[in-house]
Amino acid sequence: MRTDPPGPHHEWLDDEAGPVVRPYAVTGGRVQPASGKFDLMAFVVAGPPDEGPQPPQPEHRAIIAAAQRPVAVADLAADLDLPVGVVRVLLGDLLATGRISMYEPPASRQFPDDDILKAVVNGLRAL
Amino acid sequence: MDSGRSDRIPVALKILIAGGFGVGKTTLVGAVSEIRPLQTEEVLTDASVGTDDLSGVEGKQTTTVAMDFGRITINDDLQVYLFGTPGQDRFWFLWDELAYGALGAVVLADTRRLADCFPSVDYFERRGIPFVVGVNCFDGARRYSVEAVRSALDLDPDVPILLCDARSRQSGKEVLIALVEHVAQRQGDPVRTH
Repeated sequence: MRTDPPGPHHEWLDDEAGPVVRPYAVTGGRVQPASGKFDLMAFVVAGPPDEGPQPPQPEHRAIIAAAQRPVAVADLAADLDLPVGVVRVLLGDLLATGRISMYEPPASRQFPDDDILKAVVNGLRAL
Repeated sequence: MDSGRSDRIPVALKILIAGGFGVGKTTLVGAVSEIRPLQTEEVLTDASVGTDDLSGVEGKQTTTVAMDFGRITINDDLQVYLFGTPGQDRFWFLWDELAYGALGAVVLADTRRLADCFPSVDYFERRGIPFVVGVNCFDGARRYSVEAVRSALDLDPDVPILLCDARSRQSGKEVLIALVEHVAQRQGDPVRTH
């Protein structure tokens, strides 16, 4: 079954996301998260300011303010005290309008190399 | 827009903290990291998941699930994220997303209710996700040997088992270190098919 979401298509939301309407999310509407997309470990960074129209919702602007440096989706949701599903919808809006860039984590099953694992072990020991 | 921006994207590793309800997952995450609640707002689908029709979304029940979530900053370029898996069976649907791309998992066990961790062990075994078992030694609980727990859980010999105290930062660190070292040892090993 294939149902394209309405509006501009972007690859970060799949069929499961359902229709994405901005006020619908931030006014307490519910949305089914796009499983496996907008990963909790994906990082987002706000683009240069003053490009294009200002995003409509205060939550959008809060995300941009929080993403001046790279920030993980999970951190955003926790920092803004918003459900992950809502944050994903808002991020979708910002992506569609070019206000943020998104960096997906490496694909599943691709483990980091030994140097990284050693750094983690040493870092944990030093905590 | 990559040019001119000095902020690099850190490497972020995800570790799951699993185990039965009340086994000490929240305690462990809080002991080793700055813990924060993470809300996920999930649609509870009925049995007909495979035939989902988007037009029915508005009629579905949703629920807010709070997960434990912690971050350990190793350095500016390397962060470890801990996610406590929801302990109730009806939230299994969240696990696949959490497990996606995970470095590995810690399965916490309580010897008074060892069976509570069976589903977690099964889950990670079937998906080939590296895990270690941390036996949380509660006050008053009878101590069992590591080998007795291994036998009771029917674990492969290479799966590390540690006795731990989820309240202790040092103990929690040791469990996490054991997991990362276990992952490192498995590097290059073909993923076994059970």
